[in-house]
Amino acid sequence: MLWNTLLLALREIRRNLTRSFLTVLGILIGVAAVITMVTLGNGATAAVSAQISSLGSNLLMVRPGQRLGASRDTAGAAPFKLADVVAIESQVGQLSSVAPVVSRTVTVVHLANNWSTSVVGSSNAYFSAGSWKFAAGRMFTEAEQQTGKAVCVLGETTRSKLFGSENPVGSAIRIKRFSCQVIGLLVAKGQSSMGRDQDDVIVMPLRTVQRRLSGNQDVGMLLVSVRDGASTSQAKQQIEALMRERRRIAANEEDDFNVLDTREIAEMLSSTTRVLTLLLGAVAAVSLLVGGVGIMNIMLVSVTERTREIGIRLAVGALEREVLLQFLIEAVVLSSIGGLLGVLVATVGSIMLAQLMQVPYVFSLSINLLAFLFSAAIGVVFGYFPARRAARLDPIEALRHE
Amino acid sequence: MNGGADAGQSAPPLIELVGVTKTYGQGAVALQALRGVHLVVHEGEFVAIMGPSGSGKSTAMNILGCLDVPTTGSYRFRGVAVETLSRNQRALLRRNYLGFVFQGYNLLGRTSALENVELPLLYRGESPAARHAAAHEALAAVGLTGWEHHSPAELSGGQQQRAAIARAIVTHPAVLLADEPTGNLDTQRGREIMDLIVALNRDRGITVLMVTHEPDMAAYAHRIVHFVDGRVESDIRQPEPA
Repeated sequence: MLWNTLLLALREIRRNLTRSFLTVLGILIGVAAVITMVTLGNGATAAVSAQISSLGSNLLMVRPGQRLGASRDTAGAAPFKLADVVAIESQVGQLSSVAPVVSRTVTVVHLANNWSTSVVGSSNAYFSAGSWKFAAGRMFTEAEQQTGKAVCVLGETTRSKLFGSENPVGSAIRIKRFSCQVIGLLVAKGQSSMGRDQDDVIVMPLRTVQRRLSGNQDVGMLLVSVRDGASTSQAKQQIEALMRERRRIAANEEDDFNVLDTREIAEMLSSTTRVLTLLLGAVAAVSLLVGGVGIMNIMLVSVTERTREIGIRLAVGALEREVLLQFLIEAVVLSSIGGLLGVLVATVGSIMLAQLMQVPYVFSLSINLLAFLFSAAIGVVFGYFPARRAARLDPIEALRHE
Repeated sequence: MNGGADAGQSAPPLIELVGVTKTYGQGAVALQALRGVHLVVHEGEFVAIMGPSGSGKSTAMNILGCLDVPTTGSYRFRGVAVETLSRNQRALLRRNYLGFVFQGYNLLGRTSALENVELPLLYRGESPAARHAAAHEALAAVGLTGWEHHSPAELSGGQQQRAAIARAIVTHPAVLLADEPTGNLDTQRGREIMDLIVALNRDRGITVLMVTHEPDMAAYAHRIVHFVDGRVESDIRQPEPA
């Protein structure tokens, strides 16, 4: 009986192919939207986690000013000095490196090419803290750092903008009024989790930037790399205590600096993308509901159109629940076909979109299954009312219906 | 199931209407379609029901076909009071004991004759092989061998009515209820259909209840019941069935 009903439903769907297709389209779009949104969201979350872990999971960023300083005056917070770096290195244990960072955005020139990029002044510790690898050339020598020599290491983007396909090591570039020798090239890292191009960078010795670009002894930020296996939170506490002491902050005052753990950022970012994914999925789910209303509408039309048929079925002895089942199955078959096609469209669509948006395509069985089952459930929910109307028809009236 | 015309006096009659009334609507707009009908039909009889429109014959047919129930009074089918049955129980009664033939044929469109005839068997849960065999047999009995795979639109009116009759008898019902079966056909086709119904009544012992307004067609029956104003006005046994 069930098998027959299924065949009957398929025949009905085939009989009104155009109408069935349009009905199915509503569900198809809904299911495809839900799956695509969630898949892309998951891809973005995965991309964020990958970026963060490439940054190094045991990295602390120490910056002047309060962390969420929108309402407070953080501009007045004193910048760090090189002495702070030395103090942290000598007084906090379990660290593998401490890198000072000063950055400026400048325009650099090589022959006819010029490019605006960010110049970072730091020490060799910067490369290890950021997990940078060298594609060519070398790091800074002790002498270059001490004397503030005009040497630099290029990121991949900066290299390609200034040198095209050439090897830059040994050449000189022009920054403001001084010439700077390129001594190294970094391996490309790609976009950061915030969408910034990490390779769009030039690294110079700290002193070089301080003397020639910033013109003071300030250090904008400290990158502290904690040794593998050591506790970052403990290191964070020690650094906070030390900096409070060095900056003479009274016990009842708040910090005028902040220490950010990259793992915290990672968690914050991935929880943000998760919430966004959920939100997008929910919006898409609404379109799935709209598709369900479409099914209900078509089934009501179908019941009205086939009133006489229903009358015949009732007259030859079909039970109420058999007629109900017939129309319910028809609705479920319609919505399931929509769900199935939606899964296909979503798979193709999200692979393409993932490529376009440069996020990894992460196949999730659960969301595909869930969206499909949800579409079938929509068939049941929105098919029930029309089916019940069909089942409760008075056979005499139904047979008289024109 | 298909008892002869001599079904015992001790057993309850096949069909028995006792003081049946039917009122549509309520209060001032109430319409009394039946005003106390008494009727007894035994197994194997061929009864024609006649009467002007509005006389209540269609209402009576609906009640006899278990599609409707009396407002008051009782309809006993083989002794079972139909008015006490639920909607589903009445559906089962139709499924197992009744066959319907309508004036407008009422075949499912875009569905082959064979599938139309199989429809009642589908609801009886019979296997596809059994359904096919029974449907072929029924179509052969009405002379439609070779037309099994034609849809109603491809059949003439007479052929459609034959297919409808095949659908009605495929379950070997006790009663065939025919509502103006020749109403949409010309005289010649009408006579062919009547001959078929007579043969089914005679050879298979199917009890036939037929509504008609054509005296020519009513003449085929054993018995003619006249309805006027919701009552049985006359109930005449034909001395010699045509």
